Amino acid sequence: MDPTALLLSRLQFAFTISFHIIFPAFTIGLAAWLTVLEAMHLRSGKPVYRTLFEFWLKIFGVAFGMGVVSGVVMAFQFGTNWSVLSKMSGPIQGPLLSYETFTAFMLEASFFGILIFGRTRVPPWFYLFSTAMVALGTTLSAFWIMVNNSWMQVPTGYVMQNGQFVPDDWMQIIFNRVVWVRFPHMLLASYLTGAFCVAATGAWYLLRRTYRAEAHVMLRMGLALAAVLLPVQLFIGHLVGDYVHDYQPAKFAAIEARWHDEQPASEVLIAIPDSSTESNKYAISIPVLGSIIGSMSLSSKEVGLTSFPPQDRPPVAIPFFAFRIMVGCGLLMLALAWLGSWLGLKHRLERNRLLLWGIFLSFPLPWIAILTGWYTAEVGRQPWTVYGVLRTADAVTPFLTAAAAMTSLIMFVAVYAFIFSFGTYYIYRLLRAGPAGLGGEVLHAPAMPNRPMSLADRPRPPSGNYAQAGE
Amino acid sequence: MVTFWVALLAISILIYLLLDGFDLGVGILFLLPNSEVRRQAMLGAIAPFWDGNETWLVVTGVVLWGAFPVVYATVLSAFYIPVIFMLLGLILRGVAFEFRAKSQHSRWIWDLGFGGGSLVATFMQGVMVGALVQGLPIIDGQYAGGVFGWLSGFSILCGIGLCLGYALLGACWLVRKRGGAVRDLARSQIPVLATGVLLFLILVFSHALLQHLPILHRWIDRPYLFVFPAIGAGAACVLASSILRHDDYWPFHMVSLIFISAFGTLALSFWPYMVPFAITIDEAAAPHASLAFMFWGAGLFIFPLMLLYVAIGFRVFRGKFDSESVRY
Repeated sequence: MDPTALLLSRLQFAFTISFHIIFPAFTIGLAAWLTVLEAMHLRSGKPVYRTLFEFWLKIFGVAFGMGVVSGVVMAFQFGTNWSVLSKMSGPIQGPLLSYETFTAFMLEASFFGILIFGRTRVPPWFYLFSTAMVALGTTLSAFWIMVNNSWMQVPTGYVMQNGQFVPDDWMQIIFNRVVWVRFPHMLLASYLTGAFCVAATGAWYLLRRTYRAEAHVMLRMGLALAAVLLPVQLFIGHLVGDYVHDYQPAKFAAIEARWHDEQPASEVLIAIPDSSTESNKYAISIPVLGSIIGSMSLSSKEVGLTSFPPQDRPPVAIPFFAFRIMVGCGLLMLALAWLGSWLGLKHRLERNRLLLWGIFLSFPLPWIAILTGWYTAEVGRQPWTVYGVLRTADAVTPFLTAAAAMTSLIMFVAVYAFIFSFGTYYIYRLLRAGPAGLGGEVLHAPAMPNRPMSLADRPRPPSGNYAQAGE
Repeated sequence: MVTFWVALLAISILIYLLLDGFDLGVGILFLLPNSEVRRQAMLGAIAPFWDGNETWLVVTGVVLWGAFPVVYATVLSAFYIPVIFMLLGLILRGVAFEFRAKSQHSRWIWDLGFGGGSLVATFMQGVMVGALVQGLPIIDGQYAGGVFGWLSGFSILCGIGLCLGYALLGACWLVRKRGGAVRDLARSQIPVLATGVLLFLILVFSHALLQHLPILHRWIDRPYLFVFPAIGAGAACVLASSILRHDDYWPFHMVSLIFISAFGTLALSFWPYMVPFAITIDEAAAPHASLAFMFWGAGLFIFPLMLLYVAIGFRVFRGKFDSESVRY
């Protein structure tokens, strides 16, 4: 095993999955929001909901397409760079990801087509049903991914046979309590991403004094949803912390930057952890709070990193800072959502341009929180790939060379940077143009199933259209 | 249970070959000098299908991992460079397809991305098949061929062969789905491409037989296996006559049949090996608990539904795309 190839493989996995997660995180939330919009339109008949639906459907299409192309890579990367892992854990991870592809493929592919071109061909209730099925598809996809990742965090329900993880209890693998705190945590994070993007768009339009009616609906719904979900998310986040505390004590110690066993333990709010001296510099900490957070007790003993042999310790700086950035983003979002909702109730939000600017600029916060949350979970799991059983260094393809890994990493970075800049620019243009000009045209604009991004095309390209052009 | 998953995997690969084959093939033909009008017609002919077609690659990947993890791990890691370049090609081609319509000044970038991505992805797929036929250097279940162990004259030949094959499928698809000048040009390309593909197929199979004589014995022992090459030869004859008759419907189906017979011939030659002469199907199969878990949900219920969905999708967009029904 080549240590450079190992490092490059880890970087490549981190890079490609970070890029990929941006899009599903957005589309899971958006699909749910589209379902709500369609339901409200059916119930109230107000055209504003319909306008918003058609508008956000176009943005959904582009993000969905980017998620699809970047997701294909994930299905193969386990085999190319992590062949030992995929050989050993294939009997468990393979079936889980098969279900992911099969269920998501089924629901999304079947009903996305109806979503795009079926508006006039199916009854309204069925159109709503199709929207809900697309949302269910994205959610199921997230579910299987979280089952898969949770199994790597807390492997369970297996026996070792001939060097393979052989499943002996699928119920335990799918329905253990780690899955059922981590999946809601991810799901809520996606909903919050959708909520903040919608609210930020509303704030942007109000600041530009355009699309006032739509902007109000977006702001009100986005902020209200965030205001309700954020406290729940903080609570579930606490439960996620509990599982880390119970099952992954070394990760917990790294997140807390606790170097030595303490009783009762203090909580380090902020510091610069220094692994060479196994201590923190410039630490600001609160006595006893560490025991309360860790074990809900005033006197519990909390484990420090030095209780683990050096080769079993995760890096400290990344989980420590990433976790704090995530929590900081969460608290900032909570403040914005509550303040905004409160002022909105009093009809004073529109005049408060400072807060509108704050909400507008807040749209990256949920993504930062999701990415830093993932870094906390994944880097904190090190040095293990399958926690406590298979080390990352032993999971990598043994004969992979640094040159090959470097080539692929550079290619991925270059290609992703290229398509990402065009994709985001395109979404920006859609958002900037706003819901105008959709009117009657979009309802008849023919679009095709299986072609997420075609939805976002201008109804009539100036150079004619594909079907007629052949004649 | 193992047989079920081998069959399902074979069906998935075959569906992928035929479906993504024709749209990758149109992508390759896209690289030839074309007018803007013709390019748009070519894109329009595959627009409603390519995304769904590509999903079968993911299906193949995850089924392989779940049902035959040893093969998944060995083959993908051995083919590191080809797999990565295939993925990059598919990504560039996927987004190029979509971004093209939005750009006026940078259209040439996306044209190149679409055609080039298709060509690279196809070539790499062919190279991998060629290297598998030739036999990967595997010692004690571990790939031992180095970064470029898959590279040989034969595997490059197979890469070129698959490019020709997909281009042939693509040309037949254009003949089937289009009319007018687009169809006529595609039709004139078919004889050249078909001759190339047939020559290549004969070359590959003689090479495989000469290199691995045990296969020859298998064929002599079981003469009924010759039914696959026979079907292929018959399909080639019908293809030739349908081209001469200027028929629009049959060429695509005949080329598909040639693909199926080539796939069948190859699979039967190597049975029961999954990675030829190194890993058998039974050695590669996941434990029963994994196969059964996939069988009772994904295999038994969802897979037939997926097939049904594909059938419905192609039915909705049946016939020639010369009306206003498909455009954007």
